Amino acid sequence: MQLTLKVWRQKNGNAQGRFEHHNIEAEEHMSFLEMLDVLNEKLISEKKEPVAFEHDCREGICGACSMVINGRPHGPQTGTTTCQLHMRAYKSGDTITIEPFRANSFPVIKDLVVDRSSFDRIIQAGGYISVNTGQAPDGNTIPVEKDQASDAFDSATCIGCGACVAACPNGSAMLFTSAKVNHLEQLPQGKVEHNRRVKDMVKQMDKEGFGKCSNVGACSVECPKEISVENIAALNRHYLSSVFVKK
Amino acid sequence: MSLTGLFLISFLIVHLLGNLQLLIPDGGKAFNIYAHFMSTNIVIKFISIGLYVGILLHAIQGIIIVLDNRKAKGSKYAVNTYENGNWLSKNMALLGTFILFFLCVHMGDFWYKVKFTDTLDLITYPDIDYQVKDIYQRVSMAFGNVWIVVIYIVGLIALALHLIHGFQSAFTTLGLQHPKYTPAINVIGILFSVGISLLYALIPLYMYFAKLSNY
Ligand code: HEM
Ligand code: SF4
Ligand code: FES
Repeated sequence: MQLTLKVWRQKNGNAQGRFEHHNIEAEEHMSFLEMLDVLNEKLISEKKEPVAFEHDCREGICGACSMVINGRPHGPQTGTTTCQLHMRAYKSGDTITIEPFRANSFPVIKDLVVDRSSFDRIIQAGGYISVNTGQAPDGNTIPVEKDQASDAFDSATCIGCGACVAACPNGSAMLFTSAKVNHLEQLPQGKVEHNRRVKDMVKQMDKEGFGKCSNVGACSVECPKEISVENIAALNRHYLSSVFVKK
Repeated sequence: MSLTGLFLISFLIVHLLGNLQLLIPDGGKAFNIYAHFMSTNIVIKFISIGLYVGILLHAIQGIIIVLDNRKAKGSKYAVNTYENGNWLSKNMALLGTFILFFLCVHMGDFWYKVKFTDTLDLITYPDIDYQVKDIYQRVSMAFGNVWIVVIYIVGLIALALHLIHGFQSAFTTLGLQHPKYTPAINVIGILFSVGISLLYALIPLYMYFAKLSNY
């Protein structure tokens, strides 16, 4: 299949970026990232700088493959990361516009690669439990109801990719932060430090300069793990109670 | 934002109930007596100051949030799609500014003229022993003008749109969400937003057409 790519090129964080046009020949069974590999091989053979993009697992679990494809983070398919998107979703002759995630707290490093270490610092502020909970058998000594375990697991599936921030017109990180808070809050091991965690993670999120949530809902639509906005309402509830009710 | 918004919604209900008295076919007696009570009662005076503060706080907060968020987003995408959020939720500030503009017109036309000028006739009714301003007459005159009616209708459409997003958004902001109740809250929000705007719109429309048919 013949494709025209409009790819964002930017030397570094301070440089002015621009779109570059490339025509390439790809196969329907390629993943989106393999299609970009074809582009880069072509660029390298022409002695040009390849397009920088992030990837690691290429199986939808690491959250590295951040890019906005035709206006949608991780492309057009719901519940799908860029690496799991396949070229059969496109037809020969299509033009595809590829941009980096855009948010002030995700500055561009180069081309399609953005710095998402602001997420790491939100996790460092409280997205953990302070004691060693042992191995799997130790975990199983505390019974957790199936429904509750499932809810916690739904929140835990967040891979920290940042698509929610990329999709949000406010550049808000509420979906990510709320998923991380709720995952731990719903389990007995995480409940203990809950109040401190909510306050610290929200504080760090604001400090990183993410925007304020106005309940637009674009985050959940674009999330490759389909994290629900119910997490955001729950975070608001926990935050209010940790500030006004609990000591 | 959510608290001031819900406070303003509660005002909308009370204000509507009072104003619907304009539709009682008694030449404006019930409305004039009610309006006299509202403009002289000391408790109402304090509540109305709270209301002005509420509107200002809500608008200022809204503008600060929008400016902050614009900064947090930074640059824009070359391609934008519907999935980036619906038009309503992204245009709350635009709709809000429109409502604010409408409020200025509305208050300039009634509140200012009633409070700070003496262009209104005084009127007495046989069964009460004090004089009241004939505000009904002023309202009826305003709503005889088709352009004022049009401004009200457009303002109320903006209000309905602002509230369709705002109502359910306020509940999420306060953490009041539950798989059992949230679908109901969303439906009630839409019905309330459209319903209250329609009822408000009924007043200028009814008075305009009632006047037409009188001539
Ligand atoms: C007078 C009647 C008004 C009512 C009843 C009202 C009600 C509401 C409600 C309930 C919300 C949702 C709050 C939340 O998301 O937490 C909201 C949001 C908003 N309102 Fe109003 N509002 C009114 C007028 C205005 C005015 C005059 C402005 C001025 C610009 C305004 C600007 C906004 C903005 C920008 C938001 C979105 C806030 C955000 O993004 O979080 N509103 N409004
Ligand atoms: S909430 Fe979804 S979109 Fe946001 S970081 Fe987690 S997986 Fe990615
Ligand atoms: S490369 Fe790991 S999720 Fe796409």
